[in-house]
This record gives sequence, structure tokens and C-alpha cells, in this order.
Amino acid sequence: MNVGTLGMIYIFILAVFTGVEVIRRVPTILHTPLMSGANAIHGVVLIGGVILLGTAGDDKVLCVLGFIAVILGTLNVIGGFVVTDRMLEMFKAKPPGKTSPDK
Amino acid sequence: MNRDTVPEAAFLIASLLFIFGLKQLSSPSTARSGNLLAALGMALALGGTLLLPNMGHFGWILLAIVIGTVPGWLLAKRVKMTAMPQMVSLFNGMGGACALFISLGEWLSGASAGRDLGRVLPMLLGVVFGSVSFTGSLVAFGKLQGLISEKPWRWPWQKTGNALLLAVILASSAAAASSQNEMWILLPAAAALLLGVAQVLPIGGADMPVVISVLNSCTGLAAAVTGFAMHNMSMIIAGTLVGAAGSLLTVLMCKAMNRSLARVIFGSFGLVPEGAATAASGDQTMREIAAAECAIMMGYARKVIIVPGYGLAVAQGQHLVHELDEVLEKRGVEVKYAVHPVAGRMPGHMNVLLAEANVPYPKLLDMEEINPEFDQADVALIIGANDVVNPAARTESASPIYGMPILNADKAKNVVVIKRGRGAGFAGIENGLFYNPKTRMLFGDAKKALQDLVTEVKAL
Repeated sequence: MNVGTLGMIYIFILAVFTGVEVIRRVPTILHTPLMSGANAIHGVVLIGGVILLGTAGDDKVLCVLGFIAVILGTLNVIGGFVVTDRMLEMFKAKPPGKTSPDK
Repeated sequence: MNRDTVPEAAFLIASLLFIFGLKQLSSPSTARSGNLLAALGMALALGGTLLLPNMGHFGWILLAIVIGTVPGWLLAKRVKMTAMPQMVSLFNGMGGACALFISLGEWLSGASAGRDLGRVLPMLLGVVFGSVSFTGSLVAFGKLQGLISEKPWRWPWQKTGNALLLAVILASSAAAASSQNEMWILLPAAAALLLGVAQVLPIGGADMPVVISVLNSCTGLAAAVTGFAMHNMSMIIAGTLVGAAGSLLTVLMCKAMNRSLARVIFGSFGLVPEGAATAASGDQTMREIAAAECAIMMGYARKVIIVPGYGLAVAQGQHLVHELDEVLEKRGVEVKYAVHPVAGRMPGHMNVLLAEANVPYPKLLDMEEINPEFDQADVALIIGANDVVNPAARTESASPIYGMPILNADKAKNVVVIKRGRGAGFAGIENGLFYNPKTRMLFGDAKKALQDLVTEVKAL
């Protein structure tokens, strides 16, 4: 799909507003897990690494750069999601005295 | 059907999952599923990428993913909860480095494809954001991990030097964009790598959470601009989401910690004004208390408020606090926890640590909720917290923490402070509360002290 540079700028602007809106009302207690979760999501650069390596062809330099990028991106994605999940595991409702969850 | 249809559909759904995931991450009851949704989105996006036309080297891709997965998984699974902040920083740095390498690769491969601004600018930005984020995050990691000194590093011409580096980045970027020699790109990359180090080294450990949050949005932007260069919608959307959400999060965090973002970035916190430390004059003796006496004080109290701080976390005393809480409740004492927004090392960090120790969620009260209750508390038990209960924040305009909202522990009838030594706190500021006539100090390691308290209360 080719939307052109201008189209990408539109998407960028809309994504800025979306990003701000979706977390606007985050309670303080979730700041750390949210930062960690966002950290995992920007691991999406991994995709760029995979494309770079996958389309590198015979270019040795690109292969090396792509290979390293995929390793680094994977570290970001896996580490990010696993750490976030471990943090959030702690927040699961306790068996007794489960009160209003959105405090 | 176009060969692109399936990958494009995957990218579209992945982008939606990222948005919903982030949305759910900002509410306690849905946060965990939000994280899983986002992870699912990531898997979809990755799958879609592999189905793109003209792809090859699948073996190498798989190998690189395996090489990245194993240490990432092990590190994330094994790290202690107290070390979470630096782990987030480390993974963030990896993302930054990834963007750097991709942008370099794109630059080198795109040499023949013409140099219009729409392609060149995102690559240059990817190199710069990625580099700053990479080295900046590593320095933040090193500081929090104790590999390098947490103290703010100072050297002459600091700000001028950074401004100069920025100028070098701009000039060499322009040179790289107009030159036929692709290797020019290494110059802005090197300058940006240096800038990341120079920018974070002067910032003290107490401000690291804010720095990590800034670098987090920086990596988000790096991912977004890389997406621009590669025409990949998922990368643009996810990267921008994180960039924007991260920026807002940074602002919220600064508000919770009463720091000015500009002052954190351009440095001055940590430089305690001369004389501020000695301003608390008058009675300067700390009064000690033994565990047994403290146990009696709490065992016969009606209401005890526990103020947990980072010292509790490093001593791994969360579970013992919960035990103390239980033995006290058995005696009919009402126990509550006062959690300052920045208790621990990041906003929300203490909640995670106490939740890990199975402290029921409703007992953890925010600053606004608990502050009116200190009046009625017989004992405020402060464990390894310092700056968040420092009354100087209310009264001394010369203090670096002046204006920061604090827990009104000094309003309780008695105050007991469990503290490792007599030194000043994380931010290096003297605390007048420790010299207050109604304050008693219980010196020692938090874990040991709590163990003693539990034993003594049981023996009552």
C-alpha cells in the first residue's frame, strides 16, 4: 500500500492524538507498567529489521546490519512484553476483598 | 489478489491491537490483557512481514530472532522486581540501537534510489533518535544498576559542549544528505551516540525515571521515522503512539515528582544550594528506639500507617512488611499503607512491589486519600523512605524539593523511622522529620528490623 509522504504525515498526526488520548487518564500506580508496555510496543522496529535483512539480497553489509537489528529488536520486544507481564501479574485481583478495580 | 494484501491486513489489525493494548494498559483491571493484546499485535505484524513479497534470508531471520529471544526472555524472567526500572531502560536502548542499525542500512542501500527529502530526513532522524536513545538508555541502565556513579557528573562547558554536539549533528547531517559518499552518515551517528552519553551522565539517579520515560518516547519516535523511511504503517502508528503517550507520561511523572522537565533535562537538580542542608537548625539529635519498644508502641496502637520507600525495596522487605501488618491486624490494630506517587524508583513501582508481597490492593492508599488520616494515626512507620516525608518540601523555599507534595507523616502522634544509617536520602537532602521530638529512629537494615518487629509483636 502506498499512501505517499503526505499520507504518512496525516497518519503520524492522528497517531499523536490517539497516543495522548488513550493514556490520558492513567492512574499513577500504572505509570511504571505503562512505560514498560509502551517500551515493548516500540519494539515494532523489529519489523524494520526483518524487512532490511529479508530484502538485503547479496549485500553483505546490509545482511550484517539487518541481522544485528533483528537481534536487538527481538530483545526489545521479548524483554519488554515479558517484563511488563511480570509487573502486571502482581496486580491481579486478590481472592478476598476484591473491591472496585478502577481506583 | 495482490501479494501485498495479506501482510497489509496483518499490519492493519496489528496497529489496531497496539492502540487497544495501550488503552487497556492504562487501567488496572485490564492492564494485563492490554499487554497481551499488544504482544499479539506484534506477532501478527511479524508474521505479516515474513509474508511480504521479495523477502529472503529466512534462516538468518529465524536465527537472529532466536538469538534475541533467549537472553531477552531469561533477563526479563529473572530480574528482581526492584531492578525493573533499569531493565526497562536496557530493553529501550536495544530498540534505539535497532532503529539506528536499520536507518544505517536503509541509508547505505538507498544511495541509488535518489535523495528526496521525504526519504532522507526520516533516515537521518532515525539515526539520530536511535543513537541518542541507545547510549542514553545504557547510561541510565548503568546508573541504576550501580555500574557507574549515580551522582550527577559535572564537567566544564557542559551545556556548551552539548549544544556544540547538536550543531555537529545538524551540520554533518546536512553534509551527509548532500554528499555522494554514503559514509558521511557515520559522523552524525557518532555525534548522536556521544550526545546520548553527555546528556544523561549529568543527571542524578533520582531523576532517572523521568529520563527513561523521555528516552522511551525517543525510541518510539525513532521507530516511527524508521517506518516513514520504510513506508510501513504499523511502525509509524506504533512508534508514534509510544512517542506521544511516552511524552504525556513523562509530563505526568514530572508532575507527580514535582520536577520541571526542563530542569531534569538541562540539569540543576542534585546541586543542593549551599546552606540548604544546614538550614534545619535547633535540636539536632536523633532519638533511637529499640525494636521491642517499637513493637509495644505499635501493638497497642489503634491505627498504624506504614510508609514504604525504596529502602524497603532494596532490602527485599516487602514480604516482612506484610507479615508485620498481619500480626498487627490480628491484635486489632488498623494498618494502612501510604504510597507516595514516586515511592520506590518510579511512579507506581512501590505498588508493584507490595502487590508482589500479596498486600491487598485496597490497603494501599494514594497520597491524597491517606494524608487526612495521619492525624488519627498513633504510629507512622516509615521504612526506607526519606524525601517523600521531608517537611522541608512544605516549609523551606531554599530546599531543592520545595513544593513537592509529601506524605504528612509528621502529623501522626508518633513517628518511627527504620533507616539504614544516619546519612541523607537519595537526593542528598537533610530531613528535619528525623530530628522531630516525636520521631524515633530504628537504625538497621529494613529486613532485619522488620523481622525483629514481627517477633516482638508476636511475643506481646
